Amino acid sequence: MEVAKLTDVTRIYKIGEVETHAVNGITLSIKSGEFTALVGPSGSGKTTLLQLIGCLDQPTSGQVVINGMETTGLSRNQRADLRKGAIGFVFQFFALIPTLTAYENIEMPLLLSGKGNGKRTQRVKELLEDVDMTDRANHRPDQLSGGQQQRVAVARALATNPKMILADEPTANLDTENGEQVMEIMKRLNKETDTTFIFATHDPRVIKYATRVITLEDGKIVKDSKEA
Amino acid sequence: MMNYFKMAYRNLGRNRRRSLLSALALSIGLALMLFIASFYEGEMRSSMESTLRLDSGHLQIRAADYDPDKLSVAWEYLIENPGQVAEQAAKLNQVDVATPRLIASGIVAVGDQSAGVEIMGIDPASSASDPYRRLTSGQFLTTDDREGILIGYPLADSLGLKAGDQLNLLVNTSNGTVDEQFFTVRGIFTTGTTTYDKGIVLLPLSKAQAFSGAENRASIIFVLLKDREQAGALAAALESSNYQVETWKDLNEILVLMEDFSNAYLLILNLIVVGVTATVIVNTLVMSVFERTREIGILTAIGMKGRQISALFLTEASILALGGIAFGLLLGWGLSAYFGRVGIYFGDLGMTGFLIGDRIYTYLTLSDSLYLTVMTLIITLFASLYPARLASRMEPVEALHGSD
Repeated sequence: MEVAKLTDVTRIYKIGEVETHAVNGITLSIKSGEFTALVGPSGSGKTTLLQLIGCLDQPTSGQVVINGMETTGLSRNQRADLRKGAIGFVFQFFALIPTLTAYENIEMPLLLSGKGNGKRTQRVKELLEDVDMTDRANHRPDQLSGGQQQRVAVARALATNPKMILADEPTANLDTENGEQVMEIMKRLNKETDTTFIFATHDPRVIKYATRVITLEDGKIVKDSKEA
Repeated sequence: MMNYFKMAYRNLGRNRRRSLLSALALSIGLALMLFIASFYEGEMRSSMESTLRLDSGHLQIRAADYDPDKLSVAWEYLIENPGQVAEQAAKLNQVDVATPRLIASGIVAVGDQSAGVEIMGIDPASSASDPYRRLTSGQFLTTDDREGILIGYPLADSLGLKAGDQLNLLVNTSNGTVDEQFFTVRGIFTTGTTTYDKGIVLLPLSKAQAFSGAENRASIIFVLLKDREQAGALAAALESSNYQVETWKDLNEILVLMEDFSNAYLLILNLIVVGVTATVIVNTLVMSVFERTREIGILTAIGMKGRQISALFLTEASILALGGIAFGLLLGWGLSAYFGRVGIYFGDLGMTGFLIGDRIYTYLTLSDSLYLTVMTLIITLFASLYPARLASRMEPVEALHGSD
């Protein structure tokens, strides 16, 4: 099953008179359960492509279809609804809400989805266990290490059982041990839950986990390998 | 909802000093407005009370040709058989007290010092004379006192008089001549209104009538009602070709106008104060929006809608506003209660057209408290719509890049 389909997608940023083609006519299909790495040098368009797939941004031209739904004409609120149910995010910086505990951060997407108290509690506990953070549930982000924060972010991304998780340089700010730990968790959850993972990275230690590697250069796909 | 509250509360706690200072600005603004409102209310009450009790009464019945500016006791300006007229007026249900008064112009002379005064003949037994019973020394007048006079404390002070001393009083009589007589200062009164006390001397009505040649006549029938709002209706009922009947509103046009003018003035002042304090809150929230752009991006990315982000910032504004208002109310009530008890001394303000006590006692009404509280809350929340909207309209991509 196809979770994301991009057809001739272009994203142009205009700075003054200068136009930059961050993504330039990309056509791409991502199937359910893939563990895909978007690789390439800085400025190659990895993050922009991830943002377009995640409906955080809209293409200048082309079509983005997520779970069979055409997203290019959607309003801000419709895109927010789509993200809430279908897409989870893990960012390069440890993107947790600093005033909320690990537990509350994971609970946030469930609250936004309108899940009842009982279901929320059960789901958060499961996720804390999945990422081995049960004993740190009541800690706030500033009381957690970078690796622990990123594990909480992964748990939060999984909270609503999205079909697809997008991770932008998830290990960039982690040491090797923590980076590997986070990747192991993502890989395990990918296998256990059949959730699709797409992550942008240029770290060769991370690429080894991928089942598909898409290489970008100047906003174009220059190589697409199903097996790294 | 509870979650918004929890998040908002914790967000405000991130920069506790800034949040507290913002709420404090609102508190001080509200306290200031409450104090000003209570001061103004106290001033108006004092002014109204003094003017009605000492000067105009609720109603005045006068001869058809009476001219209050002349202070003339020529017979054509006076009411004949005033006792009878007062008695009839007093029989009306709405009337609390009705008493005749004679008002003449004169000069008090002591040695080589003199002062122009209003000579008022009063019925010492009437309850309408109660405001003059507060004596700093001596005794009050009796109805049949033929040689005694009551003078105000500031006049006594300026002429160096004390109870028991003699003064020479000159009066413009009914036939246009001047008469004079020595009187003994029976007592020195204080109504608490220097402006009034320094320009009036009191004689028993019968003595004032005899001294000025008015005989059995009076300038006005001074009427106090049980409810002053009935003055208009009663005046219409009492009006006749022989008499003019003036209500307290007719007699105190400046005071009534001043009340209206002051209300408009206060509204503008309040809007300025609330505007300034609301700006402080808005500034705090705008700073917070810019500091938290990435966080707004994260919330948007995980599916929070624009209106939910707005709601979060409005909840923060509400907590700041409610906290600030609660403390401001306490502060404002405290200030008003304190100065309502001890008063603020101004002395003789030298104003004409109305009387104000030397000491103004603040008086905070429930309606002023409610009005100012609700106005502060609404304006603050209304102003907070700007930062809330700013946050809600952030594009997730831009917000996520915001603080990189």
